[in-house]
Amino acid sequence: MTTREAFERAAAEGRAALIPYVMAGYPDATGALELLRRVLPFADVLEIGLPYSDPLGDGPVIQRASEQALRQGTRQKDVLEFVRQVRTLTDKPLFVMTYINPVIAAGPERFFEAFRSAGATGLILPDLPPDEDLALVEKAHAAGLETTFLLAPTSTDARIRTVAPFCTGFVYTVSVTGVTGARDRLPEGLPELVQRIKQHTDAPVAIGFGISSRSTAAQAARAADGAVIASALIRAHEEGRAVEPVLEEVRLGLFRQASV
Amino acid sequence: MQLPNYPLPDSRGRYGDFGGRYVPETLIPALEELTAAYLHFKHDPGFLEEYEYYLKEYVGRPTPLYFAENLTRHLGGARIYLKREDLNHTGAHKINNTLGQALLCKRMGKRRVIAETGAGQHGVSVATVAALMGLECVVYQGAEDVRRQALNVFRMRLLGAEVRSVESGTKTLKDATNEAIRDWVTNVRDSFYIIGSVVGPHPYPAMARDFQSVVGEEVKQQLLAKEGRATPDAVIACVGGGSNAIGVFAPFAYQEERPRLIGVEAAGHGLTSSMHALSIGAGRKGVLHGAMMYLLYDEDGQIQPAHSVSAGLDYPGVGPEHSYFAERGIAEYVGITDDEALEGFKLLARLEGILPALESAHAIAYAAKLAPEMDPEQVIVINLSGRGDKDVVEVMRVLEERRGSRAEGQVSQGVA
Repeated sequence: MTTREAFERAAAEGRAALIPYVMAGYPDATGALELLRRVLPFADVLEIGLPYSDPLGDGPVIQRASEQALRQGTRQKDVLEFVRQVRTLTDKPLFVMTYINPVIAAGPERFFEAFRSAGATGLILPDLPPDEDLALVEKAHAAGLETTFLLAPTSTDARIRTVAPFCTGFVYTVSVTGVTGARDRLPEGLPELVQRIKQHTDAPVAIGFGISSRSTAAQAARAADGAVIASALIRAHEEGRAVEPVLEEVRLGLFRQASV
Repeated sequence: MQLPNYPLPDSRGRYGDFGGRYVPETLIPALEELTAAYLHFKHDPGFLEEYEYYLKEYVGRPTPLYFAENLTRHLGGARIYLKREDLNHTGAHKINNTLGQALLCKRMGKRRVIAETGAGQHGVSVATVAALMGLECVVYQGAEDVRRQALNVFRMRLLGAEVRSVESGTKTLKDATNEAIRDWVTNVRDSFYIIGSVVGPHPYPAMARDFQSVVGEEVKQQLLAKEGRATPDAVIACVGGGSNAIGVFAPFAYQEERPRLIGVEAAGHGLTSSMHALSIGAGRKGVLHGAMMYLLYDEDGQIQPAHSVSAGLDYPGVGPEHSYFAERGIAEYVGITDDEALEGFKLLARLEGILPALESAHAIAYAAKLAPEMDPEQVIVINLSGRGDKDVVEVMRVLEERRGSRAEGQVSQGVA
């Protein structure tokens, strides 16, 4: 299934798309696969985290998960294997989220080719503004990967014009100025931000950072085409709670009829 | 006063492949705003006049270029001069940069400054200028460094700064920097991030270099007065992130007749031990804290912790301009081990009555190797980047530990 189709199918069901995040190697190799199986029925698009030692765009919850995954000995080859396993379970679009240095370490061509053939649909690199390395973005496209970049409430129209065309998967809109992490409510002004973005791309726009509940999901659904849920899932696991009720709540929030 | 105009970085903040802006998109507009403000104020006479005023009246510039006669005689080679950055207010070169950035912060109308610190010298320096300028100040420091540098933590708090202990990762400078960047991403609209070295996303490496280049500019004038020539034969400085080194190198690096520029990295327990901070000596091109530079990381791209006896040098990366200098052969980079640095520390203390910072002791130790190979009419300038007061307890601990293990070794030999 293409990314576009996944968003369209959710829209046809009267809701915004749900994009859950699972980190490879967290809480360990088998635990990650178990979590993945649980979130899969709720997912329209999947985000798979490649753990990194210095995740400066992430908040404390994802950072802790990263540290744990690395302590468990998670290597790049294990993440590749995880992507392969996930691909055998589903044909849903699958985006790998990591930072630029693991890509540089592997060699960009090698990294892109390996993840594409493992079954990844696209890439999310939070510390790479696309205009910082256009050649690298082209290599990702040449390897057959979609790219998703971040836009933020601080993004000027000029930045939106620069970044949006490179979002061939979807646009990842950061809901707040800040790092990843669950929040009680999202700030005002999201619909205006998404409107500004949509003037420069016809790619679907998803909102991330702070989605944790029915009400935050509803706020995201009123503004955009999809919502990413990450920290709230890891926190649920940390606290020994099942992830399904969290996902169910968020999913309910994503239905649009309530707000129409 | 005027700040120099160097040919690099280019308009994209690049030094060849190095530098750039590898940061979350949230920060890009702030970096663009900062770049525009910096380019404006670095040519603004009012700004430069104020900067110069504080450098002179508050920091105590110019610092002396001291002829180290005893050290020169002892080593029996080149004439050695020490650029006494240790005599600056707060005890290191750091203040040249923090003062400049704090003045810029005020001009940009921001009321809050954020900083990261390892050993605490940059944190103390930021807390100092924040007090001077009436700015709210938050300093991030790794929990391990908070413990090791309790006195500097107390200093920062006396100066009115809030010190936040960072428990993540290796609990040192690298992680404090991640945390400072997170704070900045969150509070980017009203906060100014004062970066302590020539690292970070563009325009930071250029801005910190420009503010530090006062060191090299003074060396030229002072050497001309003392030796009748502005250019020495060799300039030696320690390199962690690399701000004191770039400050003394940059004014020479782009001139036609260049002295040997020698950056001394911390070799810790040695190259083969993996306990070192040889970002140039043993690193590869990579990205950390917003810039491409030489960096220590494993085959998966995970950043490796750096080690040095000096808390100011144990950073796994090095400024993009140094990376460029190394790649192009504009400067040479060498390593000095913990043991050699301690010898350098003792050497300068005994011969000149100066306790250098452990960082600077690396530069002294390398000069002790180089000077005897040079001729008596040749001249070496060592940038004495800071004073050793902060390191005295650590040096005592390490020397006692070694004396203990040596005594133990003698006992067991005796038994055998």
